[in-house]
Amino acid sequence: MITPEQRAEFRTHFRYNVGRRLLLDKIVKGTVFLCVIVAIVPLVAILVNVFTNGSSALSWEFLTQIPGAVGSDDPGGIGPAIQGTIVLIGLSSLIGVPLGIMGGIFLSECGNNRYGRIVRFFNDVLAEFPTIVIGVFTFVLVVLTVGNFSVWAGSFALSIVMLPIIMRTTEESLKLVPVTYREAGYALGIRRYRVVFTIVLSSAKNGLVTGILLSVARIAGETAPLVFTILGSSQFINGLDGPIDALPLRIWRLSSLPYDSAVTQGWGAAFVLIILVLSINIGVRYLFLRKKEKTFLKFKRLGTVS
Amino acid sequence: MVELLISGLTAPYVMMTIKMKKGSPHADKIFKYVSIGAATYVLAIIALIVFNLGSGSAQVWQQEGISFLTGSDWNSVEGRESYGAAPYIMGTLVNAGIAMAIAIPLSFGIAMFLSELSPRLLRTPLAMVIELLAAVPSVVYGLWGLLVFRSYIRDWIEVPLHNVFGDNSIIFAGTPFGLDILTASIVLAIMIIPTIASISKEIMLAVPNSQREAAYMLGATKWEAFRLAVLPYSKSGLIGASILGLGRAVGETMAVTMLIGNATGSAAFPSSLFQPGQTMASIMANEFAEASQGGLHLAALVGIGLILFMMAFAINVVAHLLVAKVVKSHEGAVLA
Repeated sequence: MITPEQRAEFRTHFRYNVGRRLLLDKIVKGTVFLCVIVAIVPLVAILVNVFTNGSSALSWEFLTQIPGAVGSDDPGGIGPAIQGTIVLIGLSSLIGVPLGIMGGIFLSECGNNRYGRIVRFFNDVLAEFPTIVIGVFTFVLVVLTVGNFSVWAGSFALSIVMLPIIMRTTEESLKLVPVTYREAGYALGIRRYRVVFTIVLSSAKNGLVTGILLSVARIAGETAPLVFTILGSSQFINGLDGPIDALPLRIWRLSSLPYDSAVTQGWGAAFVLIILVLSINIGVRYLFLRKKEKTFLKFKRLGTVS
Repeated sequence: MVELLISGLTAPYVMMTIKMKKGSPHADKIFKYVSIGAATYVLAIIALIVFNLGSGSAQVWQQEGISFLTGSDWNSVEGRESYGAAPYIMGTLVNAGIAMAIAIPLSFGIAMFLSELSPRLLRTPLAMVIELLAAVPSVVYGLWGLLVFRSYIRDWIEVPLHNVFGDNSIIFAGTPFGLDILTASIVLAIMIIPTIASISKEIMLAVPNSQREAAYMLGATKWEAFRLAVLPYSKSGLIGASILGLGRAVGETMAVTMLIGNATGSAAFPSSLFQPGQTMASIMANEFAEASQGGLHLAALVGIGLILFMMAFAINVVAHLLVAKVVKSHEGAVLA
């Protein structure tokens, strides 16, 4: 039999225990919330600073002119850098996209074996590599062999950066296409490569475009491989085997100059670069991921995807 | 008669279209070899990286031997050339270590908030902001650190700490200047927080809800459910996510180069937080333009690239093995 005294004792124990646990819970929740605030503040501060400082530097001349002489009154613009970035993105996509998509097809369609697992693993490792190592590698392989810095060397280095990203996203989005689609193709007697190119790839179109655009956004901001391969220049492009300029490289060079005009220009160039990268990222998320999720959910409801 | 003519005319066409639809018999093999070739390209690139960095730095390994790893001299004056990478290896480790010490608790906090505590309305935009910030180029972080963050950290953190502890304390010695190991590490931490946080969030969300519900059913609070149900389940994945962040921190070049102050030689040995240092990546980016082609200086820089490659490779292999255990998104292919 429990006496009222014992019951009261239990109750105080219980209250103490629960109170302590609830207090700990509150403390942890508060700490976590603090973590979010502490981490978000500098991250948002970067964006705010770049947008406020950069937008004041923008003008038509800034976007199209060549840079002025160092320290002169006329700071010029970042025209060659914008042009160079666009050329580099185009050329490296030319190398990286077909290879990446074919590799992704291999991983998704014929990669269910030892070799596929090895390639998948090393592809993941390559995706996280320090890009400066890729830059040094390209320098030794291409620049030292050919003898000069060139657009081609830069594009080759950037294509290595984008290749694993495209391969992974291609593989993932091809896997979202239900097996029944492929089997329907085989039942009609269509050969495997046509099934892949006409049925599977067109069903996974959105995922492919997403992967390509995200990798483009990634290489648009890469600086380290470019230092070793395209060198930078203050002129517009003349020929693919000469040095050119690129936006991230121009930002780096501007940041080491002690002039106010260089600082303003650096912010402006960073603004242009960040607008390019973020608009690709946000655009992709809104246009494609939504749709992909929707179709994926539709398949899920039909029970074709587990 | 007419029907016969029509069928006679259309039959070859139909046969042809069927053939076209089916494709040529050799095309399948070609397709397979091309796709295998594209996959092999990745392996070939990695092999080429090892080979090229090895051959490019052979000169310095011959000249310096093992003292390239342990020495601290860095002299590129002709005739007195001597290279040792130890200060930069140490600098990389210290820099990445401080950054990880700051970034890991914060990113786990963010991941826990996103996966357990956040209201549904806040979750998607916050996760999106974090992911977008992972996409901001490192040179922009560097520019921000150089032009904005540097003066704040110098005036608000470094000068007070220096005034309190003075030159006698080891880690706070040296005149605060803003371009030093501490600034570089903090900006590096800011850069890797989005990476670690978004992977950790995915891993925590991969924990089945039934685990949490079982804990709640026993009367657990949110924190207890997290500690007892979510954490043991996702432990190896979280370690993997941190190591992935470490891999990124070790290889990060531009922001660190702009902020670390760029000391060379034995002065680059990290001793105080307020001293300029140097990492492997930053010395490559800095000195590359000065190195003449075919010289020992260039070979030394490529040799540092080789060491960095080995380090990053080992870190990434470990990280992927750990993450793959938990998030099995990439297991196997659709068809055999």
